[in-house]
Amino acid sequence: MFDAYTTAELGNIFVMQGFAGLSLFSVLLLMALGLAIIFGQMGVINMAHGEFMTIGAYTTVMLSTLTEQYAPGFLSYYFFFAIALSFLIAFGIGYLVELGMIRHLYKRPLDTLLATWGLSLIMQQIFRSSFGAREVSATLPDWLMGSWQPVEGMDIPLNGLFVMGLTISVTLGVVLFMFRSRWGLRVRATTQNRIMSGAVGINTTKVDRVTFALGCGLAGIAGAAFTTIASTGPTTGSLYIVDTFLVVVFGGAQSLFGTIASAFSIAQAQSIMEFFMASSMAKVLTLMTIIGILMLRPEGLFSIKVRK
Amino acid sequence: MKQHAFISGWRRSLVLAVGLCFAAASQSFAAPTTAQVNTTGLAVTDKEVTVGILHSLTGTMSISETGSVEAEKLAIEQINKMGGILGRQIKIVQEDGASDWPTFAEKSKKLLVQDKVATVFGCWTSASRKAVLPVFEKENGLLYYPTFYEGLEQSKNVIYTGQEATQQILAGLDWVAKEKNAKTFYLIGSDYIWPRTSMKIARKHIENVLKGKVVGEEYAPLGHTQFGSVINKIKLKKPDVIYAAVVGGSNVAWFKQLKAAGITGAKQTLLTISVTEDEVLGIGGENLVGFYSAMKYFQSLDNPNNAAFVKAFKERWGADSVMGDVTQAAYLGPWLWKAAVEKAGSFDVSKVAAASPGIELKTAPEGYVKVHPNHHLWSKARIGQWKADGQVKLVYESALIEPNPFPAGYQ
Repeated sequence: MFDAYTTAELGNIFVMQGFAGLSLFSVLLLMALGLAIIFGQMGVINMAHGEFMTIGAYTTVMLSTLTEQYAPGFLSYYFFFAIALSFLIAFGIGYLVELGMIRHLYKRPLDTLLATWGLSLIMQQIFRSSFGAREVSATLPDWLMGSWQPVEGMDIPLNGLFVMGLTISVTLGVVLFMFRSRWGLRVRATTQNRIMSGAVGINTTKVDRVTFALGCGLAGIAGAAFTTIASTGPTTGSLYIVDTFLVVVFGGAQSLFGTIASAFSIAQAQSIMEFFMASSMAKVLTLMTIIGILMLRPEGLFSIKVRK
Repeated sequence: MKQHAFISGWRRSLVLAVGLCFAAASQSFAAPTTAQVNTTGLAVTDKEVTVGILHSLTGTMSISETGSVEAEKLAIEQINKMGGILGRQIKIVQEDGASDWPTFAEKSKKLLVQDKVATVFGCWTSASRKAVLPVFEKENGLLYYPTFYEGLEQSKNVIYTGQEATQQILAGLDWVAKEKNAKTFYLIGSDYIWPRTSMKIARKHIENVLKGKVVGEEYAPLGHTQFGSVINKIKLKKPDVIYAAVVGGSNVAWFKQLKAAGITGAKQTLLTISVTEDEVLGIGGENLVGFYSAMKYFQSLDNPNNAAFVKAFKERWGADSVMGDVTQAAYLGPWLWKAAVEKAGSFDVSKVAAASPGIELKTAPEGYVKVHPNHHLWSKARIGQWKADGQVKLVYESALIEPNPFPAGYQ
């Protein structure tokens, strides 16, 4: 299939295709991080994860509208504040959800599945009633639009670069938080042995609450970032939820590095196959490969070795 | 000049009010008895006739269907203000299909059997229409369906007010082949019946009639949000035209990522059959500048009917409202029904359906339409080029095209 093209053209496509894979990797990782923390550290399956992303998306849209109305000169920079605000709002709502609902269900993991699914439906209808059923779009700063052309014939999407940068910083932040801070130590201790952690004076209730809220906050960041590449509507979250779960389950629920590795392999497989065959077929093959691997390794790619 | 051109506000409303009184009075004197106009036990009284509106108010499809509901309600309110139909005011029973096809079937049964509605305005996706079709045929109901769709269907119980595939596709492809001298086409759509049937028709036309070449045909799963690899494939093939039918949230991702990959209206001809003013709200006009849409109606059409429609719609549903192709087609429904009922002199479904072919509407916002014996509308095909403000510049308008839901040689 490549006979008709020059070496330069093929080189360009090769670079752009490599970038497409990396870009998909950062998208998958960014949306899975929050879920991985909640699922991995607390064993709670948060079906409303997508809706927390939608909160971030709507926050960005609202902030963009406000900026356009009251401070048009500020339009180039508002996006950073939108990301921060999305994190805070999603964090806050996550905190309240844990307080009002999740903490009553810790001993009934299957019920959390049902309860958070119900929550996702309620949140979707709230979005629909308050922002309208139609999709909306945020006005993006000019520096986020269009492409960067290092050489003639090669276009690197700026929004892809931005999402990639954001994913790297958020991932680094999470890793530092989990492995280099007192908070992270408490979270990991609680995960490994809840009773002993309580016995040595860790407030496990508070740890749970902050962990859940943090996961939701990360979803908010992802939602804000995705306004640059996809849609914002009441049901936007449901577009991501399946892929998100796939990444977390495939990576091994309790390992952050597993999540990273899983996002990377799914993204590369998907984008390479998509290049050589139809998108639908590529998706089918990706899913079948994942099912196959999970049958061989039910715990996912990386799993903590524990005695059973 | 202005003062001469417009009768001042209060005088105009006075004239209108007097006119309406006469209209209402003459109507009610002339109103035939209920026994005459309703022989099949529909919900018709001396004062009222009940109709149904069946769209998704909740769920994924409410994004698209909201505009249709608004247009149908506007048309019904306007008809009521003019004195109703056969001297009877129209009463609406609204049901929510909830983006779920079995729910559509169930609600249509409720409307027809329990509420005994005289007609139903509703459905949006082909899946919902296919779900309600057996119900309408069994209970002998009447459905006005507003969406442009893949064709290959004709029912005595349905009037299709949107375009069937050949009306929307063929003229558009002819235009792009002639105007842009296009030889190679890349087809891309979401993976379900409408894009697949449409692309099949497009491919036959490109290969057999235009003697062009399809260099790629691609379907993305519904809800797909990552088009990086597909866009790279397109870049490699360098088609003269990208022909797109991507829908829903995917549509937004598709256009945002095209722009980010440096494919813009200035460099690439792209013709889509799935973007109306409604979709642009979500995509953002700046991501579409210079691309083309093939539709039968655009909000910016310059004619007196449309000016009145846009004004009335904005007054009723807010100054920010936009009207897309389907919204306008939905608006035609109640007016076509009114004309057919008056021609038949009866609300009976069989008589109204029989009276429908040949009905003309000179007041349609899209211009003139006429119902064909196959229950679809004669309509024009139009091509618009998108501007940053989310409206189009009209670049092409065909003659009236005969609807042909079962095109020979295209199946």
